[in-house]
Amino acid sequence: MRWFWLDRFSEFVSGSHATAVKCVSLSEDHLLEHLPYYPIMPNSLVAEGMAQCGGLLVSEIYKFSELVVLAKFAHCGIEGEARPGDVIRYKATIQQAKDFGASVEVKGDIDGRPFSQADIFFARFDPETTEHTKGRVLFNPEHLRAWLQFVGVFDIGVHADGSRIKVEDYPNFVKTVSVK
Amino acid sequence: MSSVSSKSEIFSKVQEALVDALGVDEDEVTPQATLQGDLGAESIDFLDIVFRLEKAFGIKIERGELFPEDILTNTDYVEEGKVNAVGLAKLKERMPFADLSKFAADPSVQNLGKQLTVQDMCNFVEHKLAA
Repeated sequence: MRWFWLDRFSEFVSGSHATAVKCVSLSEDHLLEHLPYYPIMPNSLVAEGMAQCGGLLVSEIYKFSELVVLAKFAHCGIEGEARPGDVIRYKATIQQAKDFGASVEVKGDIDGRPFSQADIFFARFDPETTEHTKGRVLFNPEHLRAWLQFVGVFDIGVHADGSRIKVEDYPNFVKTVSVK
Repeated sequence: MSSVSSKSEIFSKVQEALVDALGVDEDEVTPQATLQGDLGAESIDFLDIVFRLEKAFGIKIERGELFPEDILTNTDYVEEGKVNAVGLAKLKERMPFADLSKFAADPSVQNLGKQLTVQDMCNFVEHKLAA
């Protein structure tokens, strides 16, 4: 199973907010395996989708150069069910951001019906701070860049001044080669 | 605003921040309650609490201001897991809002976080608002 719980961003404004959609499909294994004969999107994966929407937005604040860790859900609520054919739209808004982390509110709706809501806290993780991570590379920038391309961040993303976000704006990506 | 009412106002906002950040009940958040021991705060929660206090009081809290982790990880101030005399003086200087007398009796690094109380948190906010 691939761990992608967003299909595409429709809005991505650096340091501010982002909107992404997740299309729920009956062909996804977990829909059939979660509750037999009752295919709905598991709430844990809705939470993960909200975290991915907010997490990529937060990661951009730090130029996609460092590991951003989902530290905690201060609050998470889901109302109703997401069924095959539904399109969940997540909107993430940065509440506060500092050098050590950021808090984000994410709201999900299905056809305008409020569906999910979460307050999520992300922490920036510096590998130099612990003995067993010192000197280690904790993620592959090429994988992150590919993910951002799959979900359209470089197609629709903009900086605060309205200019388009480009791969070249992020030193961590410039040194990587094209994904084959 | 009298200082008494402002103290109770600070307490109720701190209480609200801790209830939201730690998922505890309001009546558990008493001035004497310790953040880690009684309210179950973990290190990651301190970052969340900092955000909530900033928002509630319109203040800016820099890294290490509420909890000076830089002192606790500095070998000039810590020997064999305990904060030395120089480190203690440094902590008192950086944390004028906290009652460190109990910590001074057994200054093991891990004890500092364990002994921080809700009252210390209120004193911290008061100290910040007065600055």
